[in-house]
Amino acid sequence: MSGLIEIRWHARAGQGAVTASKLLAETALRNGSYIQAMPEYGPERTGAPLRAYSRISDAPIELHNNIVNPGIVVVLDETLLSIVNVLEGLDESGLLLLNTTRDVDTIRTELEVPPDIRIAIVDASGIALDTIGRDIPNTPTVGALAHVTRVVTVDALKEDLRMSFGKKFSPAVIDANLASVDRAAQEVVCQ
Amino acid sequence: MTQAKLTHRDVSDFDRWTSSDFLPGAVVIDPGNSVLYATGGWRSDRPVWSEDACTNCMLCWVHCPDSSILVEDQAMTGIDYEHCKGCGICAAECRFDALEMILEPDPLSEREKASVQDIASGKGGK
Amino acid sequence: MAEITVLAATGNAMVAEAFRQAAPDVLAAYPITPQTAIVENFAKYVADGRVHTEFVAVESEHSAMSACIGASAAGARVATATSSQGLALMYEELHIASGMRLPIVMANANRALSAPINIHGDHSDVMGARDTGWIILFAETAQEAYDNSVIAFRIAEHPQVQLPVMTTLDGFITTHAMERSELLDDTTVAAYVGAYTPEHPLLNGQTKAAHGMFASLGGTYFEIKKAERAAIDASMPHIKAAGEAWAAICGREFAPVDAWECEDADYILVVLGSAAGNARVVARELRAQGIKAGVARIRVYRPFPFEELAQVLAGARAVGILDRSDSFGAQYGPVGLDVRSALYGAGLLIPTRDYIYGLGGADVTLDVLRQAYGELQALAAGELDQSLSYLGTR
Repeated sequence: MSGLIEIRWHARAGQGAVTASKLLAETALRNGSYIQAMPEYGPERTGAPLRAYSRISDAPIELHNNIVNPGIVVVLDETLLSIVNVLEGLDESGLLLLNTTRDVDTIRTELEVPPDIRIAIVDASGIALDTIGRDIPNTPTVGALAHVTRVVTVDALKEDLRMSFGKKFSPAVIDANLASVDRAAQEVVCQ
Repeated sequence: MTQAKLTHRDVSDFDRWTSSDFLPGAVVIDPGNSVLYATGGWRSDRPVWSEDACTNCMLCWVHCPDSSILVEDQAMTGIDYEHCKGCGICAAECRFDALEMILEPDPLSEREKASVQDIASGKGGK
Repeated sequence: MAEITVLAATGNAMVAEAFRQAAPDVLAAYPITPQTAIVENFAKYVADGRVHTEFVAVESEHSAMSACIGASAAGARVATATSSQGLALMYEELHIASGMRLPIVMANANRALSAPINIHGDHSDVMGARDTGWIILFAETAQEAYDNSVIAFRIAEHPQVQLPVMTTLDGFITTHAMERSELLDDTTVAAYVGAYTPEHPLLNGQTKAAHGMFASLGGTYFEIKKAERAAIDASMPHIKAAGEAWAAICGREFAPVDAWECEDADYILVVLGSAAGNARVVARELRAQGIKAGVARIRVYRPFPFEELAQVLAGARAVGILDRSDSFGAQYGPVGLDVRSALYGAGLLIPTRDYIYGLGGADVTLDVLRQAYGELQALAAGELDQSLSYLGTR
C-alpha cells in the first residue's frame, strides 16, 4: 500500500457503515497508517441513505473535506443503486464493491460501469444472516474489501475485531463476526 | 498592584483607584468593609430615639436592615447615622413610641452629633 | 518520559480525554450537537470513577456557564463544553466569566447559528464570542483539539493570566471525524497542568473574599475593564510559554500563527481551523507549478497575534482571508477585519480579499481554494478589487 487511499461508503442508516469505516480505519492505524473515518451527517433516521468516508495513507493526512474522487466505493445496500449515483466521482481505474446476490456482469450492464473500473460482489447480507444471525452486512463487507484490496489484511482485520469488539460483545458474537469475515473473503468475486 | 493596597483595609477610596490597583476580577479580600462606606447621606427621614421610652426590647435592632441600631451590654445606645438610610422600619416596629421619624434637614442634637463622631473615630459601627 | 498511546479517535473523544486528564473539580454542561460526545464521554469517565469531578447536569447552557462561574469563583478547576445556540445562550455569562477573571476552560464545537436551522460546522458561534474577553484557540485536527485543551488549563490558571479559555474545534469535521491521534499518559498531563491553587477563592475555609462586585456609574467599572484588557493583552507570552512547554513534552510545535511556506510566498491564505490542511494541499500543488503560495493558520485567535501575523504576511503580494462566518454589514468577515487591521498597524498596504467560505458545513473543496489563490494572483496584478465574496456558492 502506498499513497492516499480514499473510500466512500453508501448505506442506509442502521446498517453499520460508520462502524465499518471506523473498523477499517482502526485496523489500518494499528498497521502504522494514518487514517481518517468520517460520516456525512444529516438528519438521522434509520433507513435514510447516508455516506461515510475513509482515508488511509502512509503519510499524515492534511485534507479535511469530503472525498469527491474515491478510489473505492462500497455499497452496503443495493436498493440504493436506483436512488444514488454510486459511481459519481469514482476513479476511472477504481473499485466498486457491492453487497449483492447478483453477478458482476449484471451489475456492470445495469449501472453501465466503465470497463476499467473493477467490480467486486459479495452476499454480505446473506453471510451476516448465516453467521451473525442478523442482516448487518458491515463486518463481512469489510472482510471482502480487505481480501480484494489489501488495504488491510484479513488477518489484521480479524485481530482488530477481536480487540475492539472484545470489550463490548460476548465471545459467541465475536466468533460469528470473525466467521463472517472469513466467509466474505472466500466468497467475494472481483472482476 | 501595590502590596499596600492588597493588605489595606481601607477601601473607602476605591473610587480613586486606577486599573492596576484592583485585584483581578475586582475581588475584594476585605470583607465587612461596608462599614467604611457611609450611606447616611441617602437619608431623607431620620429616626430619633427616645431613651426614656425605650425598653431595650431589641425589635428595632432585629429589623434594621443596615445594622444601624447601636447596642452595648444588651442596651441600646443610639443610632448609627453614618449608615442609617432612614427607611423607618425601626420606628414602624417600635411598640413603645421610642423611635420617631422626622425630616432629615432638622439640625442634629448634641447627642446625635456625638454619636456620628464616635462612628467616624472608629468607636462605633459594627 | 511521556508514554504515548496511538489511537483512532474523534476530536470530541480527544477533548474528553484532555478534560479527564486535567481532572477538573467541576464540569457543568448541557449536551448539544456536535459537542455531545465530549459531555457524554466525560460523564462516563465520572460514572466509571476514572475522574473525580462533580459533574453537574444542568438544564440549559445559560445554567451551565452560571454553574461554572459559581464553582470557579469558589476556587474549583472548572471545565465545560458547548456549541452554536448553546454558546449563544451563554452570551451574558461569557462576559461575567471573563469580567470576574475566572479561569474556566470551555470546549466549543464550532457550528453554524440559526436561522436557517443547521447543525454543521462553521465559525459563526465562536465569532459571536470573540469580544467577550475569553482567550480563544482554534484546532485544525483532533490531535490539536487535545493539545489545545490540555494547554488551555495551564494558560487559564496562570496567576498572571486568570482568564477563561475557549478551546475550539470545527463541528463534525473535527468533532466527529476519527483520526490518528496521540494520547499522552495521565501522569504526564497531570504534571504538566499542575495543581490549581487560586489566590482568593470564595471557599477554602481560610481566606475571605468577595467576588462579583458592583461598580456603578463612573470610573470604577471603566478602570476594572481596563485591567481586563491589560490582562488579555499581556497573556500572549504566557500562552506561548504554555504551548512551548507542551510542545517540549509531546513533540508537536506550538505557535500562535502556524506559517506554512510563507517566508517567500507571494500569495498567502489566512485560515483558522480544519480547512488549513486543504489550503496547504493546494498551496503545495501551486508551488509545484512555480507559484509561490503560502498558508498562515491562526491557532490563537484571542488575543489576536497581530504582530506575528504581520511578520508572516509582510512579504506577500496579495493576502486572502478565509472567513467561516460573516460580520454582516461590515467591510469584511471578522477574521478579515482583524487581519487587515494587523496589516495596517504594521504599515503594510498589501492588497487583500475576504472569502466567506464553508458556512453551515459546506464542503471546502480544493477547487474553491484553487479559485481563491487564482484570484489573489489577479488581485496582485491589479485585475481585481479588494472586495468580499462568498466562495463556493452556486
